[in-house]
Amino acid sequence: MSDRISPVEGPGDWVKSERQHERERLRRSHGRRSASIATVSTVVFLVLVVWGVTSSPGWPRVAATFLDGEEFVHALPDVLSGFVLNIKMFLITEVLVLAVGLLVALARGIRTPAFFPIRALATLYTDIFRGVPTILLILLVGFGLPALRLQGIPTDLATLGIIALTLSYGAYVAEVFRSGIESIHPSQVAAARSLGLSHAKTMRFVVLPQATRRVVPPLLNDFVSLQKDTALVAVIGPLEALRMAQIHVAHSFKYSPYLASALLFLLLTIPLARFTDHLAARTRRRRGA
Amino acid sequence: MSLLSIDGVWKHFHGQSVLRGIDLEVDAHEVVSLIGASGSGKSTLLRCVNLLETVDDGVILLDGEDITDPRIDVDDVRKRIGIVFQSFNLFPHMTVLDNITLAPRQVHRVAKAQAEEQAHELLVRFGLEGKARAFPDQLSGGQQQRVAIIRALATQPRLMLLDEVTSALDPQLVVEVLAIIRELKDSGMTMVLTTHEMSFCRDISDTVCFLDGGVLVEKGPPEQLFDAPEHPRTKEFLRSVVHSGRF
Ligand SMILES: Nc1ncnc2c1ncn2[C@@H]1O[C@H](COP(=O)(O)OP(=O)(O)OP(=O)(O)O)[C@@H](O)[C@H]1O
Ligand SMILES: [Mg+2]
Repeated sequence: MSDRISPVEGPGDWVKSERQHERERLRRSHGRRSASIATVSTVVFLVLVVWGVTSSPGWPRVAATFLDGEEFVHALPDVLSGFVLNIKMFLITEVLVLAVGLLVALARGIRTPAFFPIRALATLYTDIFRGVPTILLILLVGFGLPALRLQGIPTDLATLGIIALTLSYGAYVAEVFRSGIESIHPSQVAAARSLGLSHAKTMRFVVLPQATRRVVPPLLNDFVSLQKDTALVAVIGPLEALRMAQIHVAHSFKYSPYLASALLFLLLTIPLARFTDHLAARTRRRRGA
Repeated sequence: MSLLSIDGVWKHFHGQSVLRGIDLEVDAHEVVSLIGASGSGKSTLLRCVNLLETVDDGVILLDGEDITDPRIDVDDVRKRIGIVFQSFNLFPHMTVLDNITLAPRQVHRVAKAQAEEQAHELLVRFGLEGKARAFPDQLSGGQQQRVAIIRALATQPRLMLLDEVTSALDPQLVVEVLAIIRELKDSGMTMVLTTHEMSFCRDISDTVCFLDGGVLVEKGPPEQLFDAPEHPRTKEFLRSVVHSGRF
């Protein structure tokens, strides 16, 4: 096309200057000092916390009930088998929540008058189910739905729990998707529409692919929260981790089974939380650079 | 019959009139430029033609068909018009090739292989061979803008609208893009463009229109409009352009 200006002849190979060596030495020693300060302050902090907790008057009692190793080991297999149900509920709910959330978000964006009822319904849905506390919703669905005695309504407690969690989290995730869709610059829509793409195709090929990428971190955040909220389903009684722990506690009057189930939840949520941070940091780096 | 016929078009934003009864005829193979101060309504006029804005009054005919009729199939009209914006608006999540073939495949139902072959031909023609697999953020501004033009061309539009396609570019890159527009003119494409590049405008236009405050004050062949403007506002504008060194 046009004549390019040819690049200038640069200097020869780069040899690191003495000044640069000195700078890097300073940076390294600065880094080492920061690390040691961080270590010392962390150790001091931990010692203070442990000392504060163990010297409290109720500590011997708490230690005896919560830190009972024997009961911990005794309850762990049951709690673990209950936890498998939590994982199952979580995985199924997650898929359902994604589908519900996306459909509701899309329904809220429809501007065709014939579909007004759908749009209104979608708005009503998010308003209601974001407002009702999840635990209440689980009770309502868990005891209310079967009471209707309709054909085809599941009676399995875990399934009812999944329905309730899906209704609740679907509303949150719909809002996450919607904010993602709205964050795409209008010029992208204008560009797609001006090429002749319909509203639906603009969504499918241009808006959603960009929006989904943006909402992955907040979505994962909701999933971390969903993972632990599967324990709320305990209130209607399926034998998941918390319910199992409750049963053991009722027998032994030791609270270490609770500790066991708490640890299991942490084992699941912490990696996902770290992964979320990692993704968020990566997006930030990409945008910043 | 003109290819594009704009007749008494009005447009308001928040009670302010931005276009005030614009009349303009564009014949097939004609290149028409819109010039005027910032805010004079050039972009708005192009957006009205492409139905990105609905006009408040007046009629726009494309090939004799009233495209301002509310019953018109908007997507069908847009299939016949290509538009390129000041900032490129490429789809950042798609490769150059996907950007170009999206509309042919999804709107015009061209087979994948054929759409990609056409895209490759256009890329070669406009000096972008080897960039098919690149993503927009891996291209220079001038390259991005050329891709945007190719993307608009890929649907074989009857009419191209170019809105200040060079104003976001470094002077060196402007040359590349202007060369493309010239080539389009030579191939017989009908174009309406807005620009601040007066010498280019003079060079390429068959007709130049001067807009001022939403009014089409004066129009004519470039020699006449630039060398012997009749309206005092046109003279004033051209003087300010010369002062700012854009000529
Ligand atoms: N969507 C909108 N909402 C409100 N006002 C708008 C909108 N689009 C344009 N305007 C107003 O209309 C007027 C004309 O804008 P337009 O973009 O057509 O000007 P222009 O001639 O293209 O200017 P420039 O040379 O700076 O691109 C401006 O005053 C602008 O603020
Ligand atoms: Mg403009």
